[in-house]
Amino acid sequence: MLASLRHRLHEAFVRWALHVRPPEPAPIVLTQRRVYVLPTPAGLAYAMALGVILLGAMNYNLSLGHALVFLLAGLGIVAILHTFRNLVLVAIRPGRCEPVFAGSLAQFDVVLENRRPDARTCLRLFMADETPIEVDIGPHASTVATLDAPAHKRGWLPMPRLTIETTWPLGLVRAWSYAVPDLDCLIYPKPAAKAPPLPWSGESARGASRDGRGADDFSGLRNHQVADPPRHVAWKAVARQQDGPLLTKLFEGAAAQQLWLDWDALPDAIDTEQRLSILARWILDADAAGLAWGLRLPAVRLVPDNGPAQVSAGLRALALHDHGAH
Amino acid sequence: MARINRPVSRRQAWWLLATALAACLPLAPQVPPWLSVAAGMAFSWRAVLTWRQWRLPPRWLLVLLVIAGTAGVFLQYRTIVGRTPGIALLVVFLALKLLELRAARDAVATALLCYFLVLGQFLFTQTIPTALLACLTVLITTATLLAASDDRPQPQRQLRRAGLMLAQALPFMLLLFVLFPRVQGPLWGIPQDRFSAVSGLSDSMSPGSIAQLSQSDAIAFRVQFKGPLPPQSQLYWRGPVMPAFDGRSWRVAQTLGAYPEVPYTGLGAAVDYEVTLEPHGKFWLFALELPATLPPDSTLTNDYQPIARQVVRNRIRYAQRAWPEAIAGVNEAPSILRSALALPKDGNPRMRAIGAAWSAQYGTDGAAILAAAENLFSQQLLIYTLNPPLLGPDIVDEFLFDTKRGFCEHFAAAFVFALRAGGVPARVVAGYQGGEVNPVDGYLVVRQYDAHAWAEAWIAGRGWVRIDPTAISAPSRINSNFSAAVPAGEALPFLARGDLAWLKELRYRLDAVTNGWNQRVLGYNPQRQRDLLASLGLNEPDWRSMTAVLSVLCGGVMLGLTGWILRNRLRVDPALTAWRRFAVRLAKRGIAWQVWEGPLAFAERAARQAPAHAADIREIAALYARLRYGAAPQAADLTQLKTKIAAFNP
Repeated sequence: MLASLRHRLHEAFVRWALHVRPPEPAPIVLTQRRVYVLPTPAGLAYAMALGVILLGAMNYNLSLGHALVFLLAGLGIVAILHTFRNLVLVAIRPGRCEPVFAGSLAQFDVVLENRRPDARTCLRLFMADETPIEVDIGPHASTVATLDAPAHKRGWLPMPRLTIETTWPLGLVRAWSYAVPDLDCLIYPKPAAKAPPLPWSGESARGASRDGRGADDFSGLRNHQVADPPRHVAWKAVARQQDGPLLTKLFEGAAAQQLWLDWDALPDAIDTEQRLSILARWILDADAAGLAWGLRLPAVRLVPDNGPAQVSAGLRALALHDHGAH
Repeated sequence: MARINRPVSRRQAWWLLATALAACLPLAPQVPPWLSVAAGMAFSWRAVLTWRQWRLPPRWLLVLLVIAGTAGVFLQYRTIVGRTPGIALLVVFLALKLLELRAARDAVATALLCYFLVLGQFLFTQTIPTALLACLTVLITTATLLAASDDRPQPQRQLRRAGLMLAQALPFMLLLFVLFPRVQGPLWGIPQDRFSAVSGLSDSMSPGSIAQLSQSDAIAFRVQFKGPLPPQSQLYWRGPVMPAFDGRSWRVAQTLGAYPEVPYTGLGAAVDYEVTLEPHGKFWLFALELPATLPPDSTLTNDYQPIARQVVRNRIRYAQRAWPEAIAGVNEAPSILRSALALPKDGNPRMRAIGAAWSAQYGTDGAAILAAAENLFSQQLLIYTLNPPLLGPDIVDEFLFDTKRGFCEHFAAAFVFALRAGGVPARVVAGYQGGEVNPVDGYLVVRQYDAHAWAEAWIAGRGWVRIDPTAISAPSRINSNFSAAVPAGEALPFLARGDLAWLKELRYRLDAVTNGWNQRVLGYNPQRQRDLLASLGLNEPDWRSMTAVLSVLCGGVMLGLTGWILRNRLRVDPALTAWRRFAVRLAKRGIAWQVWEGPLAFAERAARQAPAHAADIREIAALYARLRYGAAPQAADLTQLKTKIAAFNP
């Protein structure tokens, strides 16, 4: 009860503290308005110790005792300023975020930028209850911090609220701020642990019937993709047309091994998420076997191909399947 | 709070060891030797553990050691409260805390303990060297706190940062020191052990008790005269008055009536001065004879001795006025006169006989008997010496007629005895005589070796009259100083000697610095604070106005520092500023720079549109690209960019 009240108050505070509706446009500069400072437990102990020293100095009329307390009080104030300064005006930009499978950890890269001529030390970043990571940023430099968040569901995972805090240099006060960088992670469906074998049937069988024409017969050209092997680049065609795009030679042999991963090929009893899991497993298996494959979903069709780009495109299609309906 | 539970690293352990040493070493003379040894062993143990990276001792062992340490402190002092036992306990805890450093939280606790021990040093001494040592301890402790947050930087960098932060804390310290509303302690019953052993006059005087003080050059008090310095022979600093004699020692009266204000009036010029009295653990306050005013919180006893309401445990300062030629006690109460005539039943028969003869000859003519006594003393050719021979039961007779060698207490005691034997009321007055002016700051410094005893006789019609019997035999004691009166070859305290002028000069300077420290820093009390604030224009300052001024000033310093922190915000890359100026000039020609356009691509486009300036445009863009995106921007490039753009006029 009390914990939930606390949680709700905290959430209300964060909403107020963020000032803008998340996600925020980059770069997010942690201006003085959004950096908060409060003493840490160590800072409270320090303040209490100062109080006791002051009482002792008063009781014994120790002038130097007063001087000591006042020096340490000054040190406390200076610590507030240093801690505040360590965090204020850090700029945060969203970085890369590689797609991951549901059930693993999404890794969000944020770029922390220091526009000051002196370093920032021991900045701690964390999202919700995850383990904090600690980074330093050199003078006029930037650092990439990678933050993990659990990916539960396929689709787009927006980056959760980021808390960035520091207690450097003395550990007596904590300065912190919140940010929600505009960064989404694509979550692929979790590949099924148990899946039916690859579906060598239908069109794939048709493909096999044309097998007689030979494995390496030239069958046409198409635009080059990064993943295509260099020896398949049609260099002659490139030389003919200056400034034109690279072309890749297609061979019948690749088509001969092609494989269609078909949404409709799975029995009706299997629900959507299960289907997507199985398809994801098939994509991975087909890729591991070096096969070219095509994908047919109710709304998406990928022509047979192989290589990492095909895998990404296939998994992406699975991740975003029917996404508007949710 | 994940970080605070992180285990203490090796480097942090070294830091904590260093700070514990820095906090404990200055206290070594104050704690019992066994504790110093035990703490040293604990520190060494910790050092070995850190060095070898061995495991920390088990917790049950530490609990046993804490119990043993506390028991040791209790057995030593029979208590665990109070100043010295408290500090001994803190040392025990600190030494054992070092052996159970597990998390960074323990590191913070250790650092706080060290700050406490710095306060512990001040309980014993507050001299300049102590303050410097304390600064060092605070520096190391602060660096340790820094290392508890981030242990990667090298030690000298940690120390430098700690020094920087402490330097930034100085303005706050000064403001708080001056303006924080001061409260005069003690807030609760002050432990009785403070200043338990200080040298100074005691409330009784027996042969040898003042000669003992003559070996000490510790300072009794300092005096600043408002006007010219009175002659040396007038500088009688009245201390405890001792009318009671038991045959061997003189004592202060047991029951002292008190005057609320001085019961006499002055003659001649008054002398105004201010005394800064070192703590001596007694009630009396020293004043030039005869005091015309009373220090605050004091009364005047019926033998004209200012008495504080509380034992003098702190250095105190009071303004005073004296009437060197006051007439006091013409109508003295009979009970006081009776007590000033009392003699033991027997002893000193020879002096008693002479006194009886005077009494028979002069009757009640006190002045004549006084003259006879002075005459007797000068005839006896008494010798003033620091090393008088030991005396038997009849101390007056033996001193006057046999050994004839004595220090001021012998002279005073014998003289008062002689007057009483002759029927003249008389008493011994102890105090200090003379003093030495420090040429550096002009303060008169009265040291323990200036301790003196003289006599006071009551003469009808004249009241109490001061007679210094020492001056009869050794006039130089009174007219110049104590060392001039002592025969050559007798051991004197260093500062009382006449030779080694340069060393003396050095001591004068040191003493002037110490005095300035005592007056301005250590003596900054509620009264001083009021005076200072009044002189700054803050009339009738109370804690509210002080707090208001303090808040405003501290807030101002904080605002200034915050502005300094945020100053970088306004600083834009000068290359970008110049480039924008360039873009504005081109925009006037209708060639607008788009924010998404790279400088080189923009330059190509602009060069095509304004071929006449193509070379300039390309050069400026190349310079700008090098400054903004190059690996190592050159200052020369920036200058060149600025000049190029200034000259660029399409």
